[in-house]
Amino acid sequence: MNLRRDVFQAIADPTRRAILLLLTSQSMTAGAIAANFDTARPTVSKHLQILIECELIEQEPNGREMHYHLNPQKIKEIAAFIEPFRKLWDDRFNKLEAIMKKHKPK
Amino acid sequence: MEQKTKVHAEDGRSDLLITREFDLPLELLFKAYQDPEIVEQWMGTKVLKLENKKHGSWQFQTSDDKGNILFSANGTVHEFVENKRIVRTFEMDNAGFEVQLEFLEFEAVNEDTSRLNMHIVYRSNAHRDEMLKLPFAYGINMAHDQLQKVVSQLK
Repeated sequence: MNLRRDVFQAIADPTRRAILLLLTSQSMTAGAIAANFDTARPTVSKHLQILIECELIEQEPNGREMHYHLNPQKIKEIAAFIEPFRKLWDDRFNKLEAIMKKHKPK
Repeated sequence: MEQKTKVHAEDGRSDLLITREFDLPLELLFKAYQDPEIVEQWMGTKVLKLENKKHGSWQFQTSDDKGNILFSANGTVHEFVENKRIVRTFEMDNAGFEVQLEFLEFEAVNEDTSRLNMHIVYRSNAHRDEMLKLPFAYGINMAHDQLQKVVSQLK
């Protein structure tokens, strides 16, 4: 069965977001990408596979190696650019909520 | 899980909408915007001035341990209606971004829950997108720093 991947779920994962960030400036091999993470190589490969299925990244053979690069059109479509902005406000508001829950009126 | 904070930024427009529901009564949510000491805590910046009234102004500043200013912003208050509405401008100092107009609307959902709608208007679509990309660009720098750390360890 072919499960339809949800792009928003794809970018909700911090590791996958970090992979997208790494690929904004250059195309990279799976090995070079994996070197940036503490997680095991197969885990990174799985993340790459999900990003490919969502068409957020594309793979391209370069000699004997496979290179990964962003698909800018798709990135723009899903507005991944907005996610760090949203996260910034989300963190701020979470802090506000936590502080006010403990707040005692003077 | 549904996201508590939502950002709506339609293509080609020069404004955006941030919405958030809080597990807080309306009065407590508003207080977090009204009380300078509380603003300092959740915004993570020093509040130099916060005049909650029409024609009032505000000024925030963040410095590091050595006193270098990392972030500085200011604006004027155009409307201040307790537990309901704040209209103000926001401008970062020496950052190369232009002033933006913010409409903050506070409403009660029920006794324990409240909602904030933040409507921000920029000078143009390009100005808005620059602001949107700011945290993304910051993330790229973080990724680059991480990359440099890895590379320098290989040497």
